[in-house]
Amino acid sequence: MTTATTREVMAPGQQCCTFWVDGLFLGVPVEQVQEVLRYQRMTAVPRAPHAVHGLINLRGQIVTALDLRCRLGLPPRAEGELPANVIVRSRGEVVSLLVDDIGDVITIAGAELQPTPANLPSSIQDVVRGVMPLDGSILLVVDADRAVDVATAPENPAPALTPATAPHTTTGGTP
Amino acid sequence: MNDDAEIIQEFLVESHENLDHLDRDLVELERSPGSRELLSSVFRTIHTIKGTSGFLAFHRLESLTHVGENLLSRLRDGKMTMDADVTHVLLSMVDTVRALLEGVERDGLDTDPAVDVDVVVAALQRVLDGEGAAAPDAEAGAPAEESEPAPEPVAESAPEPEPAAVLEPEPAPEPEVIEDRVPLVPAEPEPAPSAPSPPAPSAPAAVAEEPGDGTEKRGVVDSSVRVDIELLDSLVQLVGELVLTRNQILQRAEASDDIELGRAAQRLDLVASELQENVMRTRMQPMAQVWSKMPRIVRDLAHQLGREVELEMEGHDTELDRSLLEALKGPLTHLVRNALDHGLEPRDVRVAAGKSPAGHLHLRAYHESGQVVIEIADDGAGIDPVKIGEAAVSRGVITREAFARMEPREVLDLIFRAGFSTAAAVTNVSGRGVGMDVVRTNIERIGGSVDILSTVGSGTTCRVRIPLTLAIIPALVVAECGERYAIPQANLVELVRLEGQDLRDSVDTLAGAPVLRLRGRLLPLVSLGETLTGLRPETEALTVVVVQADDIRFGLCVAEVHDTQEIVVKPIGRQLKALPVYAGATIMGDGQVALILDVGGIARVRALTPTEFTDTAAVSADVGSQALLVLEVSNGRRAALPLTAVSRLEEFDSSRIERSGSSEVVQYRDGILRLLRLAPAIGLQDTPGEREQISVVVHEENGHRVGIVIDQVLDVVDEAIVATEVGRRSGVLGSAVVQDRVTDLVDLDAVVRPLELIS
Repeated sequence: MTTATTREVMAPGQQCCTFWVDGLFLGVPVEQVQEVLRYQRMTAVPRAPHAVHGLINLRGQIVTALDLRCRLGLPPRAEGELPANVIVRSRGEVVSLLVDDIGDVITIAGAELQPTPANLPSSIQDVVRGVMPLDGSILLVVDADRAVDVATAPENPAPALTPATAPHTTTGGTP
Repeated sequence: MNDDAEIIQEFLVESHENLDHLDRDLVELERSPGSRELLSSVFRTIHTIKGTSGFLAFHRLESLTHVGENLLSRLRDGKMTMDADVTHVLLSMVDTVRALLEGVERDGLDTDPAVDVDVVVAALQRVLDGEGAAAPDAEAGAPAEESEPAPEPVAESAPEPEPAAVLEPEPAPEPEVIEDRVPLVPAEPEPAPSAPSPPAPSAPAAVAEEPGDGTEKRGVVDSSVRVDIELLDSLVQLVGELVLTRNQILQRAEASDDIELGRAAQRLDLVASELQENVMRTRMQPMAQVWSKMPRIVRDLAHQLGREVELEMEGHDTELDRSLLEALKGPLTHLVRNALDHGLEPRDVRVAAGKSPAGHLHLRAYHESGQVVIEIADDGAGIDPVKIGEAAVSRGVITREAFARMEPREVLDLIFRAGFSTAAAVTNVSGRGVGMDVVRTNIERIGGSVDILSTVGSGTTCRVRIPLTLAIIPALVVAECGERYAIPQANLVELVRLEGQDLRDSVDTLAGAPVLRLRGRLLPLVSLGETLTGLRPETEALTVVVVQADDIRFGLCVAEVHDTQEIVVKPIGRQLKALPVYAGATIMGDGQVALILDVGGIARVRALTPTEFTDTAAVSADVGSQALLVLEVSNGRRAALPLTAVSRLEEFDSSRIERSGSSEVVQYRDGILRLLRLAPAIGLQDTPGEREQISVVVHEENGHRVGIVIDQVLDVVDEAIVATEVGRRSGVLGSAVVQDRVTDLVDLDAVVRPLELIS
């Protein structure tokens, strides 16, 4: 994983699957994208982290759908607008990123990925690996691994006992 | 199949595989004679066969492989070099070994007279003698013949083979004489180095004689194939998908008018079900895998503890999923250990109690309604609920008041509580239960359950129930807030529907917590909607799914109950793993995802604790009283059955009653439920007139289910009653005053027994 300060050159012939979320032009390297699907019916998951929009049945596999608007800290989609699914692979799992609209697959030949501008909200900086100015638009390259990481904010914090009690047990001798 | 036969079977499969390897290796070896790696591999194979055949008392096989091993060890140590002669001799040895193994497979003995071992041994010996000069001290190993205990040569020759010392076993009488017969070896096809595949159909003299029975049954090797576990797992998964797709198609087909589609869907249904069953069976392994280890464990423990134990085992053939079998080994061993350690008494105590000096331990595995049941029964001292209870009270696990209200069965359950069992003091008093909580946790982790039945003085039975397989489970589908949820059948106790006055009567709120009065007990109620969304739905009627997880029983209020289905458990993503209320997800017939509820997780989230349950179980029950189901038969006469004998209460439309022979039956839960009218069985007139509905008490015992037809259920009472002999007759134990009315106490055994005789 790279931080925003590292200069990264996209490999020659590197392709990005692009999409729009709340007017932002985003992309994920095609190797990480399994497929792109139109809106799928979803099963809500009560008590799940806010960004988890639901579960979809992808040919028998159960896939968690994450709302990228929510993940990026953007306002929610207008009522009645159906998101599309960008199915990405991350750490052996398949996750769906819900986006507003699907763009083209574009080839970025050897261009240099620039650091995310510092004034972007941290919720976006957190997910975006770097930006790439193109003709007429700016592509934000999303780090799929970070985008699907939402387990960090459990809605139901477990009692923080384990770490806190650990030192005591060591001083108290073996139980 | 007894243990020996099974070991031989394994030995055969393994040896056949090894021999195929050996053929390849030997041919390969001829091309690169120096390869120590190949030589070691060949040596190991022969060595293994030798060791096992010695162990199984296949002496001819042993002596043959023994000489072969000597030759191989010399080759390996570089004292001899591989040439065509040596290869021939070794290959002929392999063939002879194979012929002997076929004999073993056919009649369990390696004494097949048609296989001439001596010739081959002589040939081997000749090669050994021809090249190796140092063989005078051969006698050292000579008398080894039959008496040589197998494990010894194995242990010795493995680390440091002494080819010279053990060189000559018995059988080579006069090598020279038969020298001219050695050429029998070339019956072997020319080992073609380019084709490393085993020269399989090679016809050494030994095999040639057996062309007789053409309709031979398939040999061990032909009839079984080793398959990678991963492949099996992926098959199971694919079949899971297929089952789901079938469900979807069935649903569509039902809604459609297309008859052809309907037929095709039905065929698909059949084929998919059968396929599912068969694929599941590929992962099945017999209980023998666990049972075979028990005699040794029991023997060692019995020694250690100074007990005399007679071990009896049943159900070696009972099969279950390999992953489950694996997970069971630990807990079962623990239970057996417990039975010996705490259950069975020492000899003198037993004799004093008038029992047989040797304790009896009975292990039993069998299938029952889609589950595997494993029983571990001892005829030892049993567990005294009073002692357990006292210990639990003194440990602070439960309060004295709670103990007073507990049924003996619940008290026994205490030994599964964490913290209860680990306390040494408790163990001393109760005499049982180190780590029983761990046993239960491990068994529940694989979807099973364990309970204990014990009679003081006459023994204890632990009964473990586990599903046949993990991947597909039966579940109850419920709905809440527009989504469906599946509750594993394993957690289900019963369904209760309350409306109107019943609802107001039965549900109370204690300090904001709703509780349900259910047959005299108070059951904590948890709203599924509130658990999931934080909002408590207001309803006029209440559907309560009574569920049980660990030690906690509670009522889960749901908006709708759909039906029971077989569901395929699928994992959920990392983002949701932290949520305790879900155990996974599944796909419904319409292709939508439904979450599987984790009943234990819901209890944790709602901070329900076992203690809370027992504390709120405020019932005025005296210890020793028996809960009775009071019912009406024969124009308002009252009778009572022990509640423990009641497994369910059902209502059936009279139109559903069918006849089988002279009995009335109804189709019930994929089976046939035999009906028994209670009134005539206890000498009363059946209430005249046809009813639209019949009330049935389902009674289950020893795997037999019987539906006892009554007029109606009146109540459940849990009070101390005084039974009298008044009214005693066939089927009736006597009578008692229950709720100010004289009530016949039904002798259920007597009523049901005639039925069992028929079946």
